[in-house]
Amino acid sequence: MLTYTADEMMTVTAARSLRNGMTCFVGIGLPSEAANLARATHAPDLVLIYESGTIGSKPGQVPLSIGDGILAETADSVVSVPEIFNYWLQPGRIDVGFLGAAQLDRYGNINTTVIGPAYDSPGVRLPGAGGAPEIAGACKEVTVVLRQSRRTFARQLDFVTSVGFGDGPGSRQRLGLSGGGPRLVITDLGVLRPDPDTCELVLTGIYAGVPVSRVQENTGWDLKVSAELAEILPPTEAELAALRDLLASRSPAASPAAPAPVAPAPVAAAGVGD
Amino acid sequence: MAQIVTLAEAISAAIRDGDTVAMEGFTHLIPHAAGHEVIRQRRRDLTLVRMTPDIIYDQLIGAGCTRKLVFSWAGNPGVGSLHRFRDAVENAWPRPLELEEHSHAGMANRFAAGAAGLPFAVLRGYRGTTLPAHTAGVADIVCPFTGETLTAVSALRPDVAVIHAQRADAQGNVQYWGISGVQKEAVLAASRSVVTVEEIVDRLDPRPGAVVLPWWAISYIAVVPGGAHPSYALGYSARDNDFYQAWDAISRDRQRFADWLDEHVYGRAAAGHASRSVTAC
Repeated sequence: MLTYTADEMMTVTAARSLRNGMTCFVGIGLPSEAANLARATHAPDLVLIYESGTIGSKPGQVPLSIGDGILAETADSVVSVPEIFNYWLQPGRIDVGFLGAAQLDRYGNINTTVIGPAYDSPGVRLPGAGGAPEIAGACKEVTVVLRQSRRTFARQLDFVTSVGFGDGPGSRQRLGLSGGGPRLVITDLGVLRPDPDTCELVLTGIYAGVPVSRVQENTGWDLKVSAELAEILPPTEAELAALRDLLASRSPAASPAAPAPVAPAPVAAAGVGD
Repeated sequence: MAQIVTLAEAISAAIRDGDTVAMEGFTHLIPHAAGHEVIRQRRRDLTLVRMTPDIIYDQLIGAGCTRKLVFSWAGNPGVGSLHRFRDAVENAWPRPLELEEHSHAGMANRFAAGAAGLPFAVLRGYRGTTLPAHTAGVADIVCPFTGETLTAVSALRPDVAVIHAQRADAQGNVQYWGISGVQKEAVLAASRSVVTVEEIVDRLDPRPGAVVLPWWAISYIAVVPGGAHPSYALGYSARDNDFYQAWDAISRDRQRFADWLDEHVYGRAAAGHASRSVTAC
């Protein structure tokens, strides 16, 4: 019996969401792992774009940082940072923005700045915005990858760093955000998509062995479940092997990934496939 | 006009207490040796500007050089938090740290406006986020041609820009390639500049994608081989990922950080940077 972790299920699911030939603006961490897995499996012509200015990078391993030399050495083009944001991202040329988050709300808005109680006296100071606000604004669509818990799936964000659907339908248009906003949120428990009428994230996909009640318990708002809730196929042997190869190719000190500043969701049933 | 001097002379001549200093580099070509010289010369009350403050800014903050940080992403790339930065923000240690934070697109455009001699830049950004509520220098602006509401960000005009490059020639023309970040804009936006280089060569032969900054646009050049370590200089050195990992533990504890500074920064001459290796941490 194939055994795998909830994180592996999440990364494989995120990789599957990328189609061959797409252009993908890749965020640091989990999104970068998933995008590189997609390139190593079903999407060899996926165009990876990093905010360090590398366009069409083809790293053979997961880079530790978004500015690793391998990204420049394997790129089709390397441009300056003002150029990557102004000429490539801002006009809406990029198909999908692949982002992580520390906190997310029901409208897919993202916080990566501070966790309570106040901006000037935060409980936890996070790294801040980086490229995310404009990636979330301008890409044709956005996918968010993060571990799910009541802390990360918050009823109310302490800070809106990047806008998903703002406060609901019509927000993006009012704010002049040209891209389509979040299309997918992929976690270690399942997959959420925005309801087309309310823009609220609803549970549309669930992993084998994870009860719906557990996803709801790990959500800080009253999570709605789609009438067409689907079970997501477990990783194939080939997907798992490719992912493990990718992660093993990093320097030993670089793996496993360092813990996120916000405590990750408890992953009690890590081997959900057994 | 570029003067080729020692690193200690360059920092001493270019950076004064209270200055606004941008030490740029986007993961690649980060001017670590120059940052250490600023710590050694005990500069104070600096406003430090950078899109991606990472461990050299963590060191400058922990060493008490820094009054204010202007930035868009502060972290140890691929590893986690900057603990000296967090200690300053969360506990005001060793002194309170004023923050002015932006997005990457905003910062890149602010540097570009400074380089272009304009008071502000225009972009689609920030709208709907909490950033403008806490950040001066961000405002709505209406396009005079279409009526569309866009975002204006104020120009950055640092007193000093500090960068690391692969090489210069004897006249002081500077050449760098690979991930080139926002260094050209930072140098052109600043009143003065310091460039550390891996080597000085007779002639700068062309390199794909290379940026060349002419000698008359640069103030000081110092030869510091390995001056980006633990960052890297494409074609000269590899990124020392182990040091970035090790920094997490060194920087978590105030005393361990102070001991590290004593041994690796205060206890070394400016010329000692190149010999540093991961075993030294």
